[in-house]
Amino acid sequence: MINDFAFSVATKNGSGSQTSNNVLVMSLFRMGIPVNGKNLFPSNIKGLPTWYTIRASKDGYTARKAITEIVVAYNDGTATEDVANLPPGGVCITTDKIARVIKQRDDISYYEIPVAKLMRQTDVPSAFRKLVENMTYVGAVAKLFDIPLDLIYEVLLANFKGRDKPAKMNHDIVKLAYDWTAENIEKTDPYRFESMDGTAGKIMMTGNDAGALGAVFGGVNVVAWYPITPSTSFVDGIISFRHLRQNENKENTIAIVQAEDELAAAGIVTGAGWAGSRALTSTSGPGISLMAEFAGLAYFAEIPAVFWNITRMGPSTGLPTRTSQGDLLFTHFLGHGDSRQLCLLPGNLKEAFEFGWKSFDLAEALQSPVFVISDLDLGMNNWLSDPFDYPDQPIDRGKVLDAAQLQTFIDEHGKWGRYMDVDGDGIPYRTVPGTDHPFAAYFARGTGHDVMATYSERSDDWVENMHRLSLKMDTAREMLPGPIIENSSGSDIGIVTFGTNEDAVREARDWLANDGIHTDYLRVRALPIASAVGDFIHSHKSIFVIENNFDGQLNQLLHIESPEDISHVRSLSLGDGLPMTPNWIYENLKEQEG
Amino acid sequence: MPPRVNQLGLSRNEYKGRPSTLCPGCGHDSISNQIISIAYEMGIEQHKFIKVSGIGCSSKTPAYFLGGSHGFNALHGRMPSVVTGALLANKDLSCVAVSGDGDSGSIGMGQFKHVIRRNVPFVYIIENNGVYGLTKGQFSATADEGQFLKYYGLNEMPPIDLALEAVISGASFVARSFSGDAKQVRALLQAAILHQGTAVLDIISPCVTFNNAETSTKSFPYGRDNEVPLHEIQILAPDYVHAQEEIEVDNYEAGDIIDVEMHDGSFIRLKKLDNDHDPRNRRMAIDVLEQSLREQIFSTGLIYYEEPHPTLADTEDLVSTPLARLDEASLRPSKEALDSVMRGLMAG
Repeated sequence: MINDFAFSVATKNGSGSQTSNNVLVMSLFRMGIPVNGKNLFPSNIKGLPTWYTIRASKDGYTARKAITEIVVAYNDGTATEDVANLPPGGVCITTDKIARVIKQRDDISYYEIPVAKLMRQTDVPSAFRKLVENMTYVGAVAKLFDIPLDLIYEVLLANFKGRDKPAKMNHDIVKLAYDWTAENIEKTDPYRFESMDGTAGKIMMTGNDAGALGAVFGGVNVVAWYPITPSTSFVDGIISFRHLRQNENKENTIAIVQAEDELAAAGIVTGAGWAGSRALTSTSGPGISLMAEFAGLAYFAEIPAVFWNITRMGPSTGLPTRTSQGDLLFTHFLGHGDSRQLCLLPGNLKEAFEFGWKSFDLAEALQSPVFVISDLDLGMNNWLSDPFDYPDQPIDRGKVLDAAQLQTFIDEHGKWGRYMDVDGDGIPYRTVPGTDHPFAAYFARGTGHDVMATYSERSDDWVENMHRLSLKMDTAREMLPGPIIENSSGSDIGIVTFGTNEDAVREARDWLANDGIHTDYLRVRALPIASAVGDFIHSHKSIFVIENNFDGQLNQLLHIESPEDISHVRSLSLGDGLPMTPNWIYENLKEQEG
Repeated sequence: MPPRVNQLGLSRNEYKGRPSTLCPGCGHDSISNQIISIAYEMGIEQHKFIKVSGIGCSSKTPAYFLGGSHGFNALHGRMPSVVTGALLANKDLSCVAVSGDGDSGSIGMGQFKHVIRRNVPFVYIIENNGVYGLTKGQFSATADEGQFLKYYGLNEMPPIDLALEAVISGASFVARSFSGDAKQVRALLQAAILHQGTAVLDIISPCVTFNNAETSTKSFPYGRDNEVPLHEIQILAPDYVHAQEEIEVDNYEAGDIIDVEMHDGSFIRLKKLDNDHDPRNRRMAIDVLEQSLREQIFSTGLIYYEEPHPTLADTEDLVSTPLARLDEASLRPSKEALDSVMRGLMAG
């Protein structure tokens, strides 16, 4: 079995296993093998169990698999369960100490590494010993499954940014375990890696870094945030790419403020957007809850700003380190009263980058907050991708008038009012503070207002304004990124999904096709939904809406949006805190359809 | 006779906003009037100013002054974050922001203290009347302990002193005044506008409808009878020469005059009254506020002042062009820059 199996590495949180796992993933990536690493980690600094799954797939499938063939059982607390989860013919790599206490199975291969004994042979300073101990499984895995030692050294060197000392210290342990394995273990399993040409020209990156890089190329210039898992690394990403936007004197064009809470972060980006900035905040569910009041204000006062929601499992504090698509409805309808937010739904790394820059153009063109709903799986895990395309259109600042344009507007229309809709698309013209024209100023407010932005409690003003906002939403439907559609199977069955389920759905569709069940496919990429989504639903007899939440929220939204009977649309939703698997989709769809 | 005009050729009327909808006689309206007057006298260019507020009676007032400035009536207690964002977007703007005691002392206490910590340079006016007016007369967190109001009866909670909170939080300019003392309000406003840092003005501004009985320390009768100015305040133009002779001409002892030089070279001149307060001394500032609180002495004036320290935009090390005005070349790195990042992420 070559280049087509999955690992699960079970360790304790805070034990330094992140470096070991990263080294394995990057080594496979450099061997040209399509690979995906997913970190299932606890909400804890040290001690609780953590699993890292690595999937190699010669065919390029990178979804999480329900079952992994190999486990590295380095956590005595979970080892029994980890071994029990292996399929027949599986492999358990463990320490000699743990091997004594776990239940033995006679249908799998056991490889025991004498970690304590090996570590005693090293001259690693005691302060580092615990941190590098996990390199023993890297060495054993390298030997057992054929990863070249020199490649691992290269990856270690890159991991430590070219510093030889730590790279060598880690590599010495890898080599020690490698050599010990070569001399003492007889391989009894069929799995191994072999260099191939599946990753040439491709990149590996996390979705948070990709979105952050996109924001930097989209001209973000004010960032306000409050730390929260799993969105923290999004702003870390912007900080790491900030230098790309410094001038020759190393001065910044991006201000980054760690605010006192998410409420203030939302206030800062709202104030900045009003004053003409491209402002961004990044958060997750609990932060989105706090941002609700500014989201409503920005929607109603028509202020551009970009909000990233790296979704984690809710309700409430929920599972802070587990993935979910459970904020779809809350984010889309964020704010009290009749409010509705524009949402972009990236499904992969390239879209995280693309929506990273495009969200600013859309926010300014539509004069509205734009929410980019990603999730922990895309945000924090390493994904394989083609390199990103440079933005294919210049920056669009939308209908913003400078002093001269304002005068032209007044000459043409007799006057300028902040909320006058002269183009019939629901999008008015705005000015920003600092515009040197006697009629440029207006008063932004969350209270009732007329087209001149003057305070108004008149019912007719209120209703007129809501009609225009509704018209603007309809304009947005066709301006936002349209759905991805694969409509050529000729089948009556259509699958509708969004976000990171893409890989699992793609693989499940291939399995179904092998069984003779062909499906069409649509991935929603923005809310409010485009008319093409309705067309797709109505052109199929059976529609399954696959999503990673408990209530089937996209399914609910499709029913809200559809004026006609769509009882042929059924929900297939699973919210268990883990990335969707092709296995679950395949089994459930087959059961429903069969 | 043509109207009087300032150095920009504008009349005072051109610094007004829309007509006030507050109760006749409201203290807040007199503060708005002083803002209009001082903006006119200083000859400020309105398009270079923004006015921002939270929610409440006080927060309605930015609609009533500086009609030529962009304004933002934001959310209850959230004015400071909106100001932070706006002034990061465009650090060339100046800002006069209005809040109230409910806005800053209760729902927005966190933002009040954190905007000071960040040292965002703007004038932070608190129109403090000790009562919630729009919801018909509940006590606010600055109301006197032991005070009686029709709506709630007896207030048994001690007040929060917002000027004291501002000093403790590290504000470099903290003043207290009384909306009935137009001259002092005007002088403090002018100094605050010139200041390069968060300038907090806690102005006792009576609510004529719900909290104006003379038993309240937030009332007009109490303020008129009990205000104890710490000093007389004069703002002297940048071309003023600090000469010993002038002080003697004014019959003041050298120790009775404190001149504080402002960012633009002008001076705040404080002429001592019966108190030895030196606003450059943090300990004295805290003492004067604590004594005021304990003994219910209505001390007004410049309570605390220190040399401006770096503002938020300084600590962010920003380019000189306001961020909101950056062109595409500054907002989007080149294709080569993207390709270089991509190459660094490839397998090799």
